[in-house]
Amino acid sequence: MAVGVKPRVKVPKTAAAGDVITIKTLISHKMESGQRKDSDGNKIPRSIINTFTCDFNGQNVMSAELHGAISTNPYFQFEATVPESGEFTFTWLDDDGSIYTDTKSIAVS
Amino acid sequence: MKISNLHRFVQIAATATVAFGLASIATAQDNDKLVVNGEIEMVTRTAAPSYIDGIDEIISGWNFRTDETQALQMDDFDNSGMLGVDAAQEAWDTVQGPEQKSCATCHGNVSSMVGVRTVMPKYNEEAADLWTLEDYINNCRTERQNVEPWGYTSGPMTNMSALISVQSRGMPMNVAIDGPAAPFWEAGKELYYTRTGVLELSCASCHEQSAGLRIRADHLSQGQINGFPTYRLKNAKLNGIHARFKGCVRDTKAETYKPGGPEFHALELYVASRGNGLSVEGPSVRN
Repeated sequence: MAVGVKPRVKVPKTAAAGDVITIKTLISHKMESGQRKDSDGNKIPRSIINTFTCDFNGQNVMSAELHGAISTNPYFQFEATVPESGEFTFTWLDDDGSIYTDTKSIAVS
Repeated sequence: MKISNLHRFVQIAATATVAFGLASIATAQDNDKLVVNGEIEMVTRTAAPSYIDGIDEIISGWNFRTDETQALQMDDFDNSGMLGVDAAQEAWDTVQGPEQKSCATCHGNVSSMVGVRTVMPKYNEEAADLWTLEDYINNCRTERQNVEPWGYTSGPMTNMSALISVQSRGMPMNVAIDGPAAPFWEAGKELYYTRTGVLELSCASCHEQSAGLRIRADHLSQGQINGFPTYRLKNAKLNGIHARFKGCVRDTKAETYKPGGPEFHALELYVASRGNGLSVEGPSVRN
């Protein structure tokens, strides 16, 4: 069970219709690769964020599969076009079954 | 006569080539301006304090990094060191131990720590010793909260020192080197110029005489500590001052001094004084 996991998202609060906005996301996570051994020589099991998705009003904006060798605290920055006011939903899936979500609303004028 | 003239000409030519060669070595530091979150303006280059002999200008490590690494420090969202600050904020507000106290119980909002980082390390009258920020934190833990002290270079300790540093961001470093701090400063200066290890390198060999030049694939900075604790991309965590000192001494292939020990305390004061005038940046981002 990963501890201290906390998602952070930065989305502009307002935009004009059709604007391309920049979204930044970061989740604090150890991203244990599964390649390391502890001091007794036992393998430390893999525990990483394996999937990230971003939806806008129920429509998928982007999704990513994460594998080993992605470093601690994975950071995603991407652009999206916003046609209308609504809510972004961000979801991270953990190897241990945990699901972390965050939402941000944006007002489009 | 003719031969000796020719000889002399060759000598002059050789000297000229060497001089020209040195002048054309590109150094790494740039003149970019550090502004964090578009509002906190930092001093990253300024005149060296009068008591520093070897350099005329002091330059933050930030100016020695690539534009990409520099950008990470210019926005708190991109600065992964802020994750440590967030974690420490939780610790600040957490009531614990038999005394049922949190940091906030005595100190209130962490913004009361404004300016603290700028004068660290400083001489503590009561203890009759030089104290770093870490010493003050652990003293609060053992004397007021009555809980176990944190390891000197542990994660929670470095996070807490980052949280306290953030309160002073943009303020100039201003450690005292006179009065009772003077003997510690002298001891630190002695260490700074003492060569250690198989490679026989002193702090000055790299950070005074060779700042801006390459060390393998990296650029040497002046070794300023105004940006500590610093988030290093290399190990993806916040690093304290003594942990960094240890890494440097180890790289000279020497047995290192102990983090939290008297040698590194003295060295921290001396190195901090070399950066008097630079802005507190902690937590900074470096590679």
